[in-house]
Amino acid sequence: MRKCSLTAIDTVFAEIAKSMPLYLPVDDSDGSASYRKWEEGKAWSEKLNTVSSPKDFFFPQMENLMEFKTEGKNIEVIDVRNETEDFAIFGVRPCDVKSFDVLDRVFLSEPVDSYYANRRAHGVIVSVACTRPSETCFCQTFGINPGEPCGDVSVWKTEKEIFFEANTEKGAEFLKKIDGLTEECGTEAVEKQREDINTIMNKLPLKDVTTEAFGGGKTMDFFNHPAWEELSQTCLGCGTCTFVCPTCQCYDIKDFNTGNGVVRYRCWDSCMYSDFTKMAHGNNRTSQKERFRQRFMHKLVYYPENNDGLFSCVGCGRCLAKCPISMNIVKVMKRIGGAENE
Amino acid sequence: MQTITQKQLIDKAVSLLESGTVSWVIGWEKGEFDYDITPAVFKNAEDVKEKFVWNDFCGANFSKYLIAQTGKCEGKILVFLKPCDTYSFNQLLTEHRFDREKVYAVGIPCDGMVDISKVKAVCGEGISAISCDGENLSVTTIYSDAPVLVKTEDALLERCVNCKSKKHVAYDELLGEDGDVIDSARFDEVAKLEAMTPDERFAFWQNELSRCIRCNACRDACPACTCEKCVFNNPNSGVENKAAANSFEEKMFHIIRAFHVAGRCTDCGECSRVCPQNIPLHLLNRKFIKDINEFYGDYQAGAEVGSRAPLVNYTTEDLEPGEIFDRGDLDA
Repeated sequence: MRKCSLTAIDTVFAEIAKSMPLYLPVDDSDGSASYRKWEEGKAWSEKLNTVSSPKDFFFPQMENLMEFKTEGKNIEVIDVRNETEDFAIFGVRPCDVKSFDVLDRVFLSEPVDSYYANRRAHGVIVSVACTRPSETCFCQTFGINPGEPCGDVSVWKTEKEIFFEANTEKGAEFLKKIDGLTEECGTEAVEKQREDINTIMNKLPLKDVTTEAFGGGKTMDFFNHPAWEELSQTCLGCGTCTFVCPTCQCYDIKDFNTGNGVVRYRCWDSCMYSDFTKMAHGNNRTSQKERFRQRFMHKLVYYPENNDGLFSCVGCGRCLAKCPISMNIVKVMKRIGGAENE
Repeated sequence: MQTITQKQLIDKAVSLLESGTVSWVIGWEKGEFDYDITPAVFKNAEDVKEKFVWNDFCGANFSKYLIAQTGKCEGKILVFLKPCDTYSFNQLLTEHRFDREKVYAVGIPCDGMVDISKVKAVCGEGISAISCDGENLSVTTIYSDAPVLVKTEDALLERCVNCKSKKHVAYDELLGEDGDVIDSARFDEVAKLEAMTPDERFAFWQNELSRCIRCNACRDACPACTCEKCVFNNPNSGVENKAAANSFEEKMFHIIRAFHVAGRCTDCGECSRVCPQNIPLHLLNRKFIKDINEFYGDYQAGAEVGSRAPLVNYTTEDLEPGEIFDRGDLDA
């Protein structure tokens, strides 16, 4: 483990930024935080987390996949990808690091999504422990320990110091860049912080939320549950939950006619939208109840069924904080899988 | 704290359900915490008694829900309307969006609703309880032993800071006292934008709208946006647009939406309240309202049912485009 003084953090950022773009949570003018490229004068946000998750770095909201140019009877296919340069994301929370596992299983299984894989290969993830979780946090439901950040490099921030530990080869390479600014140290301060975090985790209001009732093979236990009607009745059908969610990974691919060619792009889609997965025969989910049910069944039943029991929620709490009607996965889990259901 | 109590509203809902006057009730349902309140349709008195809540976090405007719910309900629906909600209610009636006969509207006074992000700016994360006592919110967090007091007045939603009316313009029954239309300072922020140079104004909106994630929450919460199928969600429209190609396109979405609701927007503030990125979208709509007031005389959408908005009501006194040119607006 290595450490440096917190006052040296901007020097550390400057050193890293010499060799690769560095992104980190920065305060926005509205009082929230979002990932921005570090440059002189940009300060690491004190906020617990960003409104939008860091999935955007690997699976951007909008990207051009390829272009076609037509000339007479010839169609030219143009690969628009640039070689991605190495980059670092600093300050990723443990829940968001776990979300990359969820996304990897979708995009890196055969057939591999080469756009995603390319970015993933070039990104270094520096994760930081959470010392002040929010009431909306429930990562422990999914086996995540906020005192044990993973990623390529783990970071713990105390009042005066910052501690680094590499977890991967990529992480070790990364720490070498700042070797001259850090010093070897013991783990006492970090141990202390882990204990403090454990104490806090036991005080969180959502600490008892459980996935016990859910998992693969449970489709018919919940599909026709009468509560879906009630839970979804005031859903606006907007895409907030899906777009702030670090694990939602549905997208749409479309062709845009430029006049003398075509740009094929991909963008995030939302199962909450009325034209989601609309096909030649029409739409397979015609009511908001069905669309709403799909989102939660996917996270709690279908995804774990296909992915060795892994749930596709990491308990980051963004949907709890941001849904315009305050309907969310915790309310759904408690209502259809909780004690009152038994 | 609200003058009218939760008990009064529950009693009213229960008695109307039990007398058979209404079949369903649209109200606020308690959540996991004290502030995450969900709009809900209650179908029996037991649910109302158990789950109905009324406090400083009941911001949701129910008017738009009447379109869907009156179509589903066999009998009448009881809806509770705060003063600002009644303007949306009237505007929807003007546009024939739901059957008035199927609604029993109870007007309730409102002392302003709280913006949880303003509370968190003072006491931080980790809220375990909030109680609304008198002029203060008493906030307990897992990080402090003693509750933190936040003045309610300092934590109100923007639309409540600039409340335009405490007067109910529609109801079947009123609980408590009715208030008056307020000469608020709601156009001050618009005036500040108008005073900027075009470059400054562009930079302002570029900064705000760059955070947009195109979740459509503003549109879906908006009581003036009631198209059955929005052009932006319709693959057959030719302009379907799930994601913005660049920041210019993002502005276009919000500007087009503001144009579409101009003259019909009551300034209810739901767009800004629900925006996950805290974009002050209401300022776009308020600019239109301010212009309409200045060009055609004061007009408040939803103040009465059936009024013709200036933009769809030709009169020979209407402003000539040249007059706008003379005013100097086009220099900008």
